[in-house]
Amino acid sequence: MQDLADITDQKRKELDLAQIRRKFPVLDQKVNGKPLAYFDNAATTQKPDQVIDALKHYYENDNSNIHRGAHTLASRATELFEKTRNSLKSFINAPSAEEVIFTKGTTDSINLVASTFGKKFIKAGDEVIISTMEHHSNIVPWQMLCEQNDAQLKIIPVSDSGELDLQAYKQLLSAKTKLVAVVHASNALGTINPVKTMIDLAHEQGARFLVDGAQSAAHLNVDVQELDCDFFAFSAHKMYGPTGVGVLYGKRELLESMPPYQGGGEMIHEVTFAKTTYNEIPYKFEAGTPNIADVIAFDAALAFINDLGKDAIRNQEAKLLNHAFERCAAIKGFVPVGTARDKVSVLSFTINNMHAFDVGMMLDASGIAVRTGHHCTQPLMNRFGIEGTVRASFAVYNTIEEIDRLYESLARIAKRKN
Amino acid sequence: MPSIDAVQKDIIEEFEILGDDKESTIFYIMELGDKLPAFPDKEKTEENIIKGCQSKVWLTTDLRDGQVYFLADSNTDITKGLISLLIRVLSGRKAKEILDADLYFIEKIGMGNIIGSQRSNGLAAMIKQMKLFALAYQSKIDA
Repeated sequence: MQDLADITDQKRKELDLAQIRRKFPVLDQKVNGKPLAYFDNAATTQKPDQVIDALKHYYENDNSNIHRGAHTLASRATELFEKTRNSLKSFINAPSAEEVIFTKGTTDSINLVASTFGKKFIKAGDEVIISTMEHHSNIVPWQMLCEQNDAQLKIIPVSDSGELDLQAYKQLLSAKTKLVAVVHASNALGTINPVKTMIDLAHEQGARFLVDGAQSAAHLNVDVQELDCDFFAFSAHKMYGPTGVGVLYGKRELLESMPPYQGGGEMIHEVTFAKTTYNEIPYKFEAGTPNIADVIAFDAALAFINDLGKDAIRNQEAKLLNHAFERCAAIKGFVPVGTARDKVSVLSFTINNMHAFDVGMMLDASGIAVRTGHHCTQPLMNRFGIEGTVRASFAVYNTIEEIDRLYESLARIAKRKN
Repeated sequence: MPSIDAVQKDIIEEFEILGDDKESTIFYIMELGDKLPAFPDKEKTEENIIKGCQSKVWLTTDLRDGQVYFLADSNTDITKGLISLLIRVLSGRKAKEILDADLYFIEKIGMGNIIGSQRSNGLAAMIKQMKLFALAYQSKIDA
């Protein structure tokens, strides 16, 4: 264990990009004859070798089911599993590890809240507020809930620059509002929303607040106590960790008052055919054998982020975004979508009204991986009157040279229609 | 008019010149799409959309002097380029010729690698639709 002074020192110094890139074996390859430039990080990030090694190490040495076995491997696996929970507690500054629940992903975390908190506390005539820039995962569960419970869904509008209209939000809030569910950083635009202010406003009306942190957890400092959010949901695979693991943070008093999500093993205290009593949190919400290996390897991803430091990561990503924006803005026909002042490293754009898919295919031919389409945010695309965008999203391992290649390819592509 | 076989051989030759460079290949396919005759907006109906393609593809057909003609359009340039290749090979032919056509050029030019498996399914759907039209005309002729 390094001492604190060492860690702080390390965070201050410039990131050694070459060293970071060496940790990601997948980056070292050619795609269509060109070196891979991976810019689809908002969809999923690549995994450093320490995560891959942790998975391998677990299956080779510790594989066992957790929380039950009376044998050494079972207790080793359990310890490692709970170690990740403890690391997450520190990572988001949760008051306790019991308030950290493992799920399958952000979507599952949100559905958990809709099915349990929603079922119990959202009644006919109540209102749930979301925003125009939500991912479908933070729209559909609430639509389903509102339909089921006869509640109303209210939508915060988005400005031309891709920012939430806070005045409109204040007007939507009322005593009827039971829950606000808003994205911390938009996957389609990159906009960072002022969630702290929004949470305080919701609490003034007695409403609870869920933050969709899928796009913020790897990029921004997250302190759930400072935010005072009631729920915070995120996914491991968007933060250098394995797929199939999500996290739901919830305030203890809420989690304890919520009914269980799914029934099965692990979540029970005692089962008789007359009545089942439920386990304590977090286990009440973790029915069945969890994704043990991936949860354990997630700890290595958290260590990767912590070692670099969020400030250094954010600094590097901001450099990449600024460079990309400056260069691409010079291309005739380049139209950025989402120009908020405060953004994570997402560059969303259209080019000469070309179909995003065509642009994506042409970039792929140059070894450049981007996402194209509506990014699971169709209401947001409708708001901007477009079918979709091309999205380049940057992670800490991306380089200025890769962005120059993006620019050069886009300049060639734009000429096709000029 | 050159035979289906001759047209396919021409296409294979053109793609051979492009070589392995995927970017030039994609640009070339898109340029082929640019050259398709204009497709009337009023024909861009739900009915004329080919099912099974990721992007929108509209296809219409008519029979003139015993030959089947196709017109097509797409909302993506790549797909438009792909269907332009099919039109080049199949349009203006007898229904029977279309039905019997073995479209080996698709594999020969490595289309699967160029467009990926999802697009390949779309391409198969286009071919199926063109052959279905030909079949409908053929059964009229046979009746």
